[in-house]
Amino acid sequence: MQDLALHILDLVDNCLQAGATRIAVRLVEEPGADRLTVEIADNGRGMAEETLARALDPFFTTKPGKSVGMGLALFAQAARESGGSLKVESAPGRGTTLRAVFGLGHPDRKPLGDIRETMDLLAESHPQVTFDFDYRIVKEERSEAQTRGS
Amino acid sequence: MKLKPEDLDKIRERMKTTSSLREGAGRARINVHLGTCGIASGAREILKAFLQAKKEAGAQDVLVTTSGCAGLCNKEPMATIELAGEAHVKYIELTPEKVRRIFQEHVLGGRAVSEYALAKGSERIS
Repeated sequence: MQDLALHILDLVDNCLQAGATRIAVRLVEEPGADRLTVEIADNGRGMAEETLARALDPFFTTKPGKSVGMGLALFAQAARESGGSLKVESAPGRGTTLRAVFGLGHPDRKPLGDIRETMDLLAESHPQVTFDFDYRIVKEERSEAQTRGS
Repeated sequence: MKLKPEDLDKIRERMKTTSSLREGAGRARINVHLGTCGIASGAREILKAFLQAKKEAGAQDVLVTTSGCAGLCNKEPMATIELAGEAHVKYIELTPEKVRRIFQEHVLGGRAVSEYALAKGSERIS
């Protein structure tokens, strides 16, 4: 995957496979905190505890006839490579929320790519699904702790 | 497991239902496979090309949508074309140029582009 928009496309496809009818994609860029947060939340069927425990294992999938499930594992790796992390919350019947944090200025952070076009393509090809997309840049002064440390 | 004649009848009835559902949805359904493998191989550009071709043709009765991995990761990007009442055709190793031709000849013209399809004919016992 060359950019984060492709990862997001992949993960939204997972939401669609899980029967979601409402999918929210939120991106928050915080230059002051050197952080990019990507959150994807759906109202799909969600995951049981044992499935959730293996969700980041690339050799685990719930899809019949397949033995690998790379999407979430690759996204987690992309977050880790930029000094960030990925957290997944899910419960049966209550949907799934992914929250990934990236080091905004980290040299190994993948570029965001064309996220607006990606969201437009998804909305156009799934008119029955409600997509909420929010991308904001929070410009704030460096925190006191960071100022003191520098 | 051997199929009995009554099993075939059941399958025929079931397929009739899915076929009529398809016919109700419009002239054609284009399914771009958006598994991790497909996306890494360029499926986003393929989806964009199909939506663009639909827009240019003003083909409101053509449904362009997406689904997961088709199970042939080394042949991605792939798409499946379903025309009402006809067999599905899976296209492999797509490019935006191939998409434009498939849209014109298969989706609008009704003739599958066999050289871009997954398989042609069937194996035989010699």
